[in-house]
Amino acid sequence: MGIGSIIFLIGALIFILVAAIYAVIQKDLIHAVIATSLISLALSLVFYILQAPDVALTEAAIGIALSTIIFIITIRNTKRYESE
Amino acid sequence: MKKLIVITLLLILGFYLMSTFISVPFGAERIAGVKDYYLKQSPETLKVSNVVTAIVVSFRGFDTLGEVTVLFLASTALGSILYRRRTHHSGLNPQREAVVSSTLVRTGAKVLFPMIILLGAYVFVHGHLTPGGGFQGGAIIATGFLLILISYRKFFINHNVLTWVEALAGTTFVLIGIGGFIFANQNNFLENFLPEGTLNNLISGGVVGIIYIAVGFKVGAEITGILDTLLTIKEAGLNPDEN
Repeated sequence: MGIGSIIFLIGALIFILVAAIYAVIQKDLIHAVIATSLISLALSLVFYILQAPDVALTEAAIGIALSTIIFIITIRNTKRYESE
Repeated sequence: MKKLIVITLLLILGFYLMSTFISVPFGAERIAGVKDYYLKQSPETLKVSNVVTAIVVSFRGFDTLGEVTVLFLASTALGSILYRRRTHHSGLNPQREAVVSSTLVRTGAKVLFPMIILLGAYVFVHGHLTPGGGFQGGAIIATGFLLILISYRKFFINHNVLTWVEALAGTTFVLIGIGGFIFANQNNFLENFLPEGTLNNLISGGVVGIIYIAVGFKVGAEITGILDTLLTIKEAGLNPDEN
């Protein structure tokens, strides 16, 4: 693995951490769901860099598109903002 | 306060997971023979160039049958819970027709839909050659149908067709598995009984390619059904106290 890949990997992992923390503290649930789909995007790139293209494809199709849309449908049927 | 408790619990869980994984030496070989066996057998005996597919469909094919069954049960459970709430079984829903997407979205969906379906079909037909396979291809096809569902409100999916596709694909999988009992040399479930062909050709790998095509159809039909059921509920306006 080249040095560029390692730098990209560290950047992607830091991005995943930041997005996860944002998703936890965000009160607007739509924003939180978009943040989790961004986690999936970064995670599928990480899988691709780590030479697991099969897992990357699964993560891209299910994590980014399908689970996000199911969460959004659920939120539109319930409440958008989290209340304490 | 609630979030603080959740974050603390997650940190404790993460600590225990870390302390477990840190005791395992990184990169050490623990199950020595299996990896070499798979890497050697899948191109030579089975003629499947994608080793992951060879493991998922052939060496661990029974597990895949279990996964497909779990997906089928999840989709059936969702359908049975939401069945009463669905307002229409055939024909169009007037409330759903009333919402019109913008021209940009509709034109984009019309252009992208065949390409997405083609990509999904490519991914599961070439499951034994390139990365991907039935699950990934089926999920891609379901995203194509989702795009059409949210941009064309008049688009109606016949659930009877979905059920038939699903049932035929599942039956194909099990019948090929039983065929291994009867026709194969070693008489095992899911054993290959077709000619292997040459490595890296589209028609190669015996039953592996056929099983993955069946899985692709099944997963695509199931996820499309789930999404259509969920979207129909939203359109039916069951929740009048919209916030």
